[in-house]
Amino acid sequence: MNFMASKQPENSLLSPESDSQRTLYPYVTGTSVVALKYKDGILMAADMGGSYGSTLRYKSVERMKPIGKHSLLGASGEISDFQEILRYLDELILYDNMWDDGNSLGPKEVHNYLTRVMYNRRNKFNPLWNSLVLGGVKNGQKYLGTVSMIGVNFEDNHVATGFGNHLARPILRQEWHENLSFEDGVRLLEKCMRVLLYRDRSAVNKLQIAKITEEGVTISQPYSLKTYWEFSAFENPAQGAIGSW
Amino acid sequence: MFRNQYDTDVTTWSPAGRLFQVEYAMEAVKQGSAAIGLRSKTHVVLGCVNKANSELSSHQKKIFEVDDHIGVAIAGLTADGRVLSRYMRNECINYSFTYESPLPVGRLVVQLADKAQVCTQRSWKRPYGVGLLVAGLDESGAHLYYNCPSGNYFEYQAFAIGSRSQAAKTYLERRFENFTDSSRDDLVKDAIMAIRETLQGETLKSAICTIAVVGAGEPFHVLDQGTVQQIIDTFETAAEQEDPATEPDAATGQEAAAEQGTAADHGGSTDEGAAPMDI
Repeated sequence: MNFMASKQPENSLLSPESDSQRTLYPYVTGTSVVALKYKDGILMAADMGGSYGSTLRYKSVERMKPIGKHSLLGASGEISDFQEILRYLDELILYDNMWDDGNSLGPKEVHNYLTRVMYNRRNKFNPLWNSLVLGGVKNGQKYLGTVSMIGVNFEDNHVATGFGNHLARPILRQEWHENLSFEDGVRLLEKCMRVLLYRDRSAVNKLQIAKITEEGVTISQPYSLKTYWEFSAFENPAQGAIGSW
Repeated sequence: MFRNQYDTDVTTWSPAGRLFQVEYAMEAVKQGSAAIGLRSKTHVVLGCVNKANSELSSHQKKIFEVDDHIGVAIAGLTADGRVLSRYMRNECINYSFTYESPLPVGRLVVQLADKAQVCTQRSWKRPYGVGLLVAGLDESGAHLYYNCPSGNYFEYQAFAIGSRSQAAKTYLERRFENFTDSSRDDLVKDAIMAIRETLQGETLKSAICTIAVVGAGEPFHVLDQGTVQQIIDTFETAAEQEDPATEPDAATGQEAAAEQGTAADHGGSTDEGAAPMDI
């Protein structure tokens, strides 16, 4: 008797042929983005690394970009998908400007648009493999939100993606407060980025900090954090360890 | 207007550069019962006259809520108005869903105008036979727009459309400079008074008019009959006292609303030297 194996029709999303039509895994990825609200607007930080698996391959990737007049977008995850998102947003802002009517899309609108895009792609089993941070100021109102590749979205006073959620957010929960000055905000972000640099394998020591206020966006020149590797625990990591770990 | 050899299709120009079918569509607006709108810095009020066909029937709905921050009053072919309201509601809800933000009034109005323009340039379509007064609030303030069957739109401080709208326009022209700083309640009063002008002597009561308001912190809604009647009652009595002072030839202030109506009308036509603001 024939053993009738069940066969996927070619036009389903789950067969090998159609796999070439959808994202299965990311290739060149960026790691954490961290952002917080401060007195005049939003501060955001991201390093400039583009990893190719475990190789730290590209070291000058700009992972934060201004969007329109009022927003700043930071992304972690697949870099090519981030570039695709930038193209979508470029078109969105273009059409917004073409109305030429004094109205403009603010950070809240851009964030929700991105949520729709990410969620709809997730529903088609063809996600944009990114975690996005969208911050901005419009008419004095500060806005900071995040969207993930599965469409999970929310707003908060400080957000992070990837490892930043585990290493940076606890620091921010302790030390963030309303109306941080610019210097305090930068200091806080650098503290988070330093911890990520020590502990995240895909972090590189070349980062940018971006600020967005009512006046506009400024993205700093790339720079490096000072690090200290002479901790005694680092010098003899196995001391006091029991067993092979 | 008279029939001529260029008025059969909307896609035929006349030698004078006119599209007669579009102009005929604008005639349809003038035949509909009156609708008025006026705005201040923070509120917009719409009003319309509801004429039922007979005592047995209900009146047609002429004011539609499009979104929390936008409403529309129509004059002309109500069926066309209903369909366009559905389009506007759809546009607003889609925008809200995508951007979680209210659609700016100016953009909705342009979309509506572009939709109307299409019907002036297709041989298999006809222009919409309805004029819309779009009232809304957005980031840039309170707005009142008029959308024409021709595909044109204009922004107004105050406007009236439909039959006998000229009387209301005259009333509004006299007062519009005060509207920007008017309080919400004064704006509503002015709207009801403007409606009264179009009634030409008929008794003003809440059963034959509909008033709707949208404002800062106040979503678009139609005022209920009771509230409207209360407002009518307050100024009917106040107006009697005012009338002898403003009208040189007014009768001694009597309760009769009919007399009220005619006195106000006389006052309107003798005071004004302004040219009729026909479209």
